[in-house]
Amino acid sequence: METIAIPAINMSVIAPEMILSVVAMALLLINVFVKNEQKGYLGYLSIAGILVTLYSLTIGWGAPQDGFSGSVVQDNFAIFFKGIFLVSAAMSILITDQYLQREGCNQGEVYPLMLFATVGMMLMASGTDLMTIFLGLEVLSVSLYVLAGFNRGSIRSNEAGLKYFLLGAFSTGFLLYGMALTYGATGTTKVVKIAAAAQSGMVSSNLMLVAGMLLMATGFAFKVAAAPFHMWTPDVYEGAPTPITAFMSVGPKAAGFAAFLRVLLVALPVFKAEWSSLLWVLAVLTMTVGNITALYQQNIKRMLAYSSIAHAGYILVGFTAGNAVGTSGILFYMLSYAFMNIGAFAVIILVGKKGEENNNLADYAGFGYKHPALGVAMCVFLFSLAGIPPAAGFVGKFYLFSGAIQAGYIWLAIIGVLNSAASVYYYLRVMIYMYFKEPTEDFNWVRLSPAFIICLIIAIAGVMIPGVVPGTILELAQKAILM
Amino acid sequence: METLFFSIVAAIAILMSILVIRCKNPINSALSLIMTFFCLATLYVMLEAPFMAAIQVIVYAGAIMVLIVFVIMLLNIRTESGRRTQHALFLGAATGLFLLFQTWYFLSRSSLTGAKGAIDSAAIAKVGHTELIGQSLFTEFLLPFEITSILLLAAIVGAVVLAKKKV
Amino acid sequence: MAGADVIPDPMEITLVIAKIGLVLLVILTLAAYLVFAERRILAWIQDRKGPNRVGPFGLLQPLADLIKLLTKEDFCPPAGDRWLFFLAPAMAAIPAIMTFAIVPFGAPVRIFGRDLPMQVADLHVGLLLFMALSSIAVYGVALGGWASNSKYALLGSLRGLAQLISYELSMGLSLVPTVMLARSFRLSDIVAAQEGGWFILYQPMAFAIFLVSILAECKRIPFDLPEAEGELVAGFHTEYSGMRFGLFFVGEYINILVLGGLAATFFLGGWQGPLLPGLLWFWGKVLAFAFLFIWIRGTLPRLRYDQLMHLGWKVLTPMALVNILATAWWLYLAGSSPL
Repeated sequence: METIAIPAINMSVIAPEMILSVVAMALLLINVFVKNEQKGYLGYLSIAGILVTLYSLTIGWGAPQDGFSGSVVQDNFAIFFKGIFLVSAAMSILITDQYLQREGCNQGEVYPLMLFATVGMMLMASGTDLMTIFLGLEVLSVSLYVLAGFNRGSIRSNEAGLKYFLLGAFSTGFLLYGMALTYGATGTTKVVKIAAAAQSGMVSSNLMLVAGMLLMATGFAFKVAAAPFHMWTPDVYEGAPTPITAFMSVGPKAAGFAAFLRVLLVALPVFKAEWSSLLWVLAVLTMTVGNITALYQQNIKRMLAYSSIAHAGYILVGFTAGNAVGTSGILFYMLSYAFMNIGAFAVIILVGKKGEENNNLADYAGFGYKHPALGVAMCVFLFSLAGIPPAAGFVGKFYLFSGAIQAGYIWLAIIGVLNSAASVYYYLRVMIYMYFKEPTEDFNWVRLSPAFIICLIIAIAGVMIPGVVPGTILELAQKAILM
Repeated sequence: METLFFSIVAAIAILMSILVIRCKNPINSALSLIMTFFCLATLYVMLEAPFMAAIQVIVYAGAIMVLIVFVIMLLNIRTESGRRTQHALFLGAATGLFLLFQTWYFLSRSSLTGAKGAIDSAAIAKVGHTELIGQSLFTEFLLPFEITSILLLAAIVGAVVLAKKKV
Repeated sequence: MAGADVIPDPMEITLVIAKIGLVLLVILTLAAYLVFAERRILAWIQDRKGPNRVGPFGLLQPLADLIKLLTKEDFCPPAGDRWLFFLAPAMAAIPAIMTFAIVPFGAPVRIFGRDLPMQVADLHVGLLLFMALSSIAVYGVALGGWASNSKYALLGSLRGLAQLISYELSMGLSLVPTVMLARSFRLSDIVAAQEGGWFILYQPMAFAIFLVSILAECKRIPFDLPEAEGELVAGFHTEYSGMRFGLFFVGEYINILVLGGLAATFFLGGWQGPLLPGLLWFWGKVLAFAFLFIWIRGTLPRLRYDQLMHLGWKVLTPMALVNILATAWWLYLAGSSPL
């Protein structure tokens, strides 16, 4: 009987993921013993877990290491993205309990599932093996399918879950097919080895590798909701429970971009010319479709869904550039997008009441006068989303577009700025409803729990501080790029 | 001889997968899918991967499809309700043909020899296919293997959350 | 296998075909006589006489049954699915017969100057093939009941489906320690590994779980809910008549023989045993299992449906898992050669 030589594992690489998974599993067990009204405590426990994970992340900053025979790596790029995932997960968890209590579906399983989804995202960000990336994506997607349909009493939520599941599974097929072709052409699934294999002309001239890249790009484009693969977004975002919408408009998008960036920048830099032109088209389409459709939306959740498509487009601009400025812009923008988007969704949750989501723009009439603080908060988030200084959204867009200009994509930057200008219309319209329409309701049901206050304060700080003094975060982002 | 056998199995697989979508009765569709899985298992055997073949039958034909048949029987769906419209059929066929053409175009212009790994017939004959799979699962692909357990756990929790009768 | 076409030695082919023919002949005859034996033994247990009219001691009864079944009208319910209705009995019987291909039923013999293993196919993944075939056998039950378009048959087949897939799990898990001890999926290796001591000595728990699971897999009392005659007429084969019913019926007894043979192979040392030749030992063990099954049928009442599910999922499966862990721990402590 021969023995198997176990290669160096290096557990410390996946320490954050392990901590979070263990917390999630422990919560599953604790959940059994917690009364229905007190499920909120599980949320606080999971936030504690997230904080520990965040701390374990900071230890690894600046000291990249890999493990599991090159399946996974802990570099600054991964750590930065993992920070975004953890922050967005924590903020979404803060606003989850009150919403679920209100809708009467406060099952404790929501927290473990959100943590599992976060583990999946983290694996996607640090995966250097196509298999790790794929499995991380699956962990993320499976958890999200369930979370989207979590409110079982609501037909909308059921529809969202089913739609997301069907289209998600479909798109996974593309991704997997692409990975299979890439493996067939290069004989390996490790991104570094793919890059090495693609150096040889025989492999890179192989059309199979190109087909693999295109199919993988399609799969990732589905996941980050880039046009023309965005069709599922509005329905799913509208139907899913609002805290979950907040969660999945940020984290999974960032995770999709993290894996997408790593695959294209590390594994297939040989095809930079090809994928840049592909992404150019995708970026323009995504921005334009997202913004123009958002102009016509009366439902604020749908509007934000289209706006999130548009934001994927802005990020694709930075991606197309593919240079240091563009990539660090992506990192910076993803982080600030987490704060502004989740903040906006938090306010949306507060406007709704049981059975009535109050998602139409008309429902916001006069909200700014009845609840001045919340109105101001909402304005801050919307300004940031629109990219108006001094909010963080402006700085992020500035770096994305200047990256594109540096790389010579002047027209792309111009289209981006035009789009950004168009988007101001629909963000401002919400404010017009909030401040310039006579109130029809007195909004006496709006109740700010401590968790909400914490979430909103974090969100405002996260939008304003990097907006006014972007230096620190930008420096971190510049240290975290893949090049 | 081997090529002939392969062609027969492949032809049956294709025929059966067409039947999967063409059968009016869902049970017949499910059975055709099972046959497709059997053909795939046969192909695995021809590729000297008997372990994969067995797992293919156990997991797909024996577990997943049984559950699908179970659901069809529980819901007692006899035949497909609602007719397929002609233009849907046309669009489907057109897309399928287009994809087929695309696949053919790509594959005919790419080299299928690719890069080869260390595992070949000699290695399989020496160590054994099952042992080789076990080895790579516990060495090179240890992390993906472990992630799978998280994936399955999340899926189980999700299924229970969505399907359990009383919350 | 791969590469150039290898034309096998004609002698080899002849021997393999001879083995297949022999095995088919033996298990079909044995199955027919098992039916007879069951009726006689049950009668004995219940203090009555049983079939004793046809031939000496009623020994020609199976032949009479066969003639009766063959001459009956082959009837398909008009609202049923004809094609599936005709296919289902074969789907139930064939996997059972095929499984016997991997069972080593005797010590290898030297014949015409070559070593001839007493086994049709000594597969590398033999145990997995058994799992695969037993998971396929579910379809016969399921489709038979479905195609009949009758509520009793449908209920019976639904129950059968649920029961078979539930117990397949514990059956498969109970075999894992066997593989861990033998370090091979190959059945001849598993038999060879038991030369020093039968696995039932090391793995009594796995044996118990396996025994209960195969009882359920055969759909025998106390697990005969798919055909519970008190509630469902005859369960999934209510609508069947003639030889198609016969196939279901004989298939069940073939299943008993095959699973008995596998139990002997996995836990009782297969064909190994002192003094007597391997063939006798093996078939003796198989018949002992068959007798045990009949005995249980004469003794135990039927389980309720919830009890059945409870036993499968909440008792046997966890037990099997714990057993795997314990075995792994034991192997780890004992080092590389525990046996």
